[in-house]
Amino acid sequence: MNALALHRDAIVIDEVRLDEARRIAGAVVDPEIPVLSIADLGVLREVRLNDGRIEVLITPTYSGCPAMTMIALEIELALEQAGFGPVTVATVLSPAWTTDWMSEDGRRKLTEYGIAPPVRGAGRRALFGAEEVACPQCGSLDTSRLAEFGSTSCKALWRCNACLEPFDYFRCH
Amino acid sequence: MPVASISVSDTPLLRYTLRRADDALILGHRLSEWCGHAPMLEEDMALANMGLDLIGQARSLYAYAARVEAAGRDEDAYAYLRDVRGYGNLLLVEQPNGDFAQTMLRQFLYSAFIDPWWRAMMDSTDATLAAIAAKAEKESAYHLRHASEWVVRLGDGTQESHRRAQAALDALWPFTGEMFEVDPSERELIAEGVAIEPESLRAGWCETVASVLAQATLAVPQNDWMQKGGRNGHHTEHLGHLLSELQYLQRSFPGAVW
Repeated sequence: MNALALHRDAIVIDEVRLDEARRIAGAVVDPEIPVLSIADLGVLREVRLNDGRIEVLITPTYSGCPAMTMIALEIELALEQAGFGPVTVATVLSPAWTTDWMSEDGRRKLTEYGIAPPVRGAGRRALFGAEEVACPQCGSLDTSRLAEFGSTSCKALWRCNACLEPFDYFRCH
Repeated sequence: MPVASISVSDTPLLRYTLRRADDALILGHRLSEWCGHAPMLEEDMALANMGLDLIGQARSLYAYAARVEAAGRDEDAYAYLRDVRGYGNLLLVEQPNGDFAQTMLRQFLYSAFIDPWWRAMMDSTDATLAAIAAKAEKESAYHLRHASEWVVRLGDGTQESHRRAQAALDALWPFTGEMFEVDPSERELIAEGVAIEPESLRAGWCETVASVLAQATLAVPQNDWMQKGGRNGHHTEHLGHLLSELQYLQRSFPGAVW
């Protein structure tokens, strides 16, 4: 135990290693949507050194998203396995996460996975408003909402009127 | 051996934060009671999702309360180890689910207030409360939309759904006045810009309520007598029963973890 602690104390992390830690942390995937990494989602905010230790800052998506605990554990595990010693994962609330932070790569991967990506700048405040969502299967805009709430907090259930397939839509937040 | 209740220190910011956390937790718990019992699968998921948002908001606020109190507690201590008199939530949110109309009217009356409240709180001089608000206001926006859609559908639906929606509205109405209540400790926070003056939200609330109820062909109750007490721990008989279920495990098996 003491030997291990000494060994950990001896870890020196330079900029190159820090970049590697960023890459490893960013590659952790969302347990609910395994095609998206937390870098794609914009959940990973920063990886930095704090008193010689790696500190990872993440931001929650939805207030009650149960995946956040899982994501924090996965980050700790991935970095420890890569030899970064014990790391801390902290949550930052501000600025509040928005689906606008999702990367282009992430949006493409979502569509390929069969989930329509969030429509940018959609009028989420309209009391009885309508959004225009493209079907991830056939690309048609002739779609309709079946239910605003889907299998996870971040998804709604839609249907394509052209190809008749139901699909998940990643809601704007 | 059952575990005793904690006693929380009494400072304006702590009290203010805990009251709002209690609103979110109790309403979130009420919605979670529908899980597996809603009238249809889509609604089952909607209620569970909204409940999850609310419990998440409560968690953020309780975690902040723990930092403010600095007594070495975590968010669970406030949720599980305070007795009914220690809870400062609105009487509105602890009212039983009743039928689906009562649940939706309760959600609507609360969301029509809390959505603009969260938006106003984004300008709080307290950075943490402002940050929690920036996240929560996105969620309260679709809670309000969802509840509004149902209020219209039920009110302007069949004779039976109209009757039930009106009955629910009439029964819940006396609990809405409390949302605009302010006590001296909150006055201090309002003066500092930490809290917001709820009176400034009244006109907007009345407008949202009047417009949705009109679409729903429901009559705005004319009864102006308002029931108060929740903010100071004087609750209806329903909260104790709710807490006995919510707190049972931690009271019986202190510190139990998954």
